[in-house]
Amino acid sequence: MKSLEELKQNLESKMPGVTSVLEEGCLVISKNDWLEVAKFLKSSPLYSFDYLSSVTGVDYPDRLEAVYHLYSIEKKIGPLTVKVRTDRQKGEIPSVTPVWRSAEFQEREAFDLLGIHFTGHPDLRRILMWEGFAFHPLRKDYVAEND
Amino acid sequence: MTTPNTSQVDPNLKSEMQKKGIFVTTINDLYNWGRRSSVWPLQFGLACCAIEMIATACARYDIDRFGAGLFRPSPRQADLMIVAGTVTKKMAPQVVRLYNQMPEPKYCITMGACSISGGPFKNGYNVLKGIDRYIPVDVHLPGCPPRPEALLHGLIKLQEKIDGQVIEKTEWYQKGLKREFPVPEFGPNGLIPPYNPDVFTPGQSRLITTG
Ligand code: SF4
Repeated sequence: MKSLEELKQNLESKMPGVTSVLEEGCLVISKNDWLEVAKFLKSSPLYSFDYLSSVTGVDYPDRLEAVYHLYSIEKKIGPLTVKVRTDRQKGEIPSVTPVWRSAEFQEREAFDLLGIHFTGHPDLRRILMWEGFAFHPLRKDYVAEND
Repeated sequence: MTTPNTSQVDPNLKSEMQKKGIFVTTINDLYNWGRRSSVWPLQFGLACCAIEMIATACARYDIDRFGAGLFRPSPRQADLMIVAGTVTKKMAPQVVRLYNQMPEPKYCITMGACSISGGPFKNGYNVLKGIDRYIPVDVHLPGCPPRPEALLHGLIKLQEKIDGQVIEKTEWYQKGLKREFPVPEFGPNGLIPPYNPDVFTPGQSRLITTG
């Protein structure tokens, strides 16, 4: 990977209609394009990002965000940081579990603790809290019980 | 916490006779000696404190010197529950259930700040603020983590407590004893109930005996 700038241009020329923004060394992609972009990043012979090392959820006052770190073991490049944003009320982001299997549990964790709904996830259940827990405890507006 | 040994044999007479090769004891002493010399702990650990408990069981500190080295994999064979580590709310029902499954007489040592009060994670959404909310605790062992020597000290304190118990008065031989502690259930925002009122009163300060 030469530079992020180049990757962005390459991405936009290969996939017309997709717009991405460069922000502090990260690629910000619209959630509607994310699944297609993910497939491209994995299959493109130029990059072949075959390894997703982490999926992190972040809670901001005005949005929820999922941060992905991608590496290519084949090309020995990475990490590429991708951010995908969604709204705080019932935020939805397409799941990349069909693309990278390693996303499965980490998406479940982000769903459990922050309430990001990953559409297309094969098994989106809570992973740390118990079934029947009514909240997403790592959200800033979560109020713990007074015990 | 510890009551003095209530042996009715004059200790001077006892040692005097021992010098002559006569061993005098009471059933009670013999009974307690047997019990306190074979306190078998339940083998489980919950967090970092468990590492220290394992160190206590290994050769350097060797808890087996005090008769408590046989960690049992089944609660049915255990006398002592060492709650070593952070008890999460998700884990608490299992801990209470295990304690219920232990046969009488049974004892409990909370090891470390976490199992006493929640410790460094007290304000976490997922941490139980002390296992004494659900089960009675015999020895509270502070520290983060307590050193192996401290765990040995806690065990010796427990042995002193066992020594002070009287066979005729012990509660597990009384009629109608029912020591089943209700297992908390998962609620929408924590455990229900948040504590067992029979064993825990919120805000009540307890007398701490040290030594
Ligand atoms: S008291 Fe300290 S060492 Fe023990 S489980 Fe808690 S955090 Fe770990």
